[in-house]
Amino acid sequence: MPAQFLLNITIAILWTLLMDEETFRLSTLIAGYLLGIGVLFLMQRFFGSKFYLIRVYSAIKLLLIFISELFQSSLLIITQILSPKLKIKPGIFSYEHNLEGDYELTALALLLTLTPGSVVMEVSPDGKVFYIHAMDVEESRDAVLRSIKVFEKAIMEVTRD
Amino acid sequence: MIQIVEGFGVFLILTGGIMAVISAIGILRLPDVYTRSHAATKSSTLAVLLSLLGTFIYFWAAEQFISVRLLLGITFVFLTAPVSGHLITRAAYRSKVKLAESSTEDALAEVLGNPGRQEKKKPSSSDNEEK
Repeated sequence: MPAQFLLNITIAILWTLLMDEETFRLSTLIAGYLLGIGVLFLMQRFFGSKFYLIRVYSAIKLLLIFISELFQSSLLIITQILSPKLKIKPGIFSYEHNLEGDYELTALALLLTLTPGSVVMEVSPDGKVFYIHAMDVEESRDAVLRSIKVFEKAIMEVTRD
Repeated sequence: MIQIVEGFGVFLILTGGIMAVISAIGILRLPDVYTRSHAATKSSTLAVLLSLLGTFIYFWAAEQFISVRLLLGITFVFLTAPVSGHLITRAAYRSKVKLAESSTEDALAEVLGNPGRQEKKKPSSSDNEEK
């Protein structure tokens, strides 16, 4: 993926140089970059990996999913905090995830911990099992599990080919 | 048009302030360190996000000033807040802070052999003597 990006920038710079204008213009560089996207898109089957903009797209999608989850679960937490009687039942449950590699694991833990209602408390030594503390296990367990699944899928889309 | 965007920024800042107050209430009301860390790390992350984003939008609309520093601030709060939350709860569990009374399950107990809740189930006499 970095190779494709570098190639794209190289095409953009080449385009700017070949246009041979008196002064450097950003608009020419951007035009070259867009052209490079077109060239790379047509050439993508020779690279052996996914077209890199698809990955950028799924990264942006991951960000949007995260923001929507953040707001949904924040609302849940706020209603719990502000309800006159605290009737929450906190607890710790374990979850076995299907991700591999340090980056995927870190990303999932980061996103989960940022989502209100769940904190990753411990990771098992082999990194396969998360121990998650949830604010209200009985009621929000399904919600937490659902958001974990969504995150997992989105992370895989970014990192896997 | 600019007025509307400015108003939106101000609205975001206001919401961020309200979120901060709510998370402070949460820290006061919740029963134990684990649930409090939820309020301390999460809601305040959202509060910081909203106020910084509001400031960013306001200055963008009012003075056409795009502040990269504010965006960097959001990024780093998002990178550091979960790490601190994770470490606080982890350290608390390792130093055997008990879970709240209302806790229902503790999957970590069997792994770490931590007495978090088991101790509470059998209120031993030694516990009372200590008090």
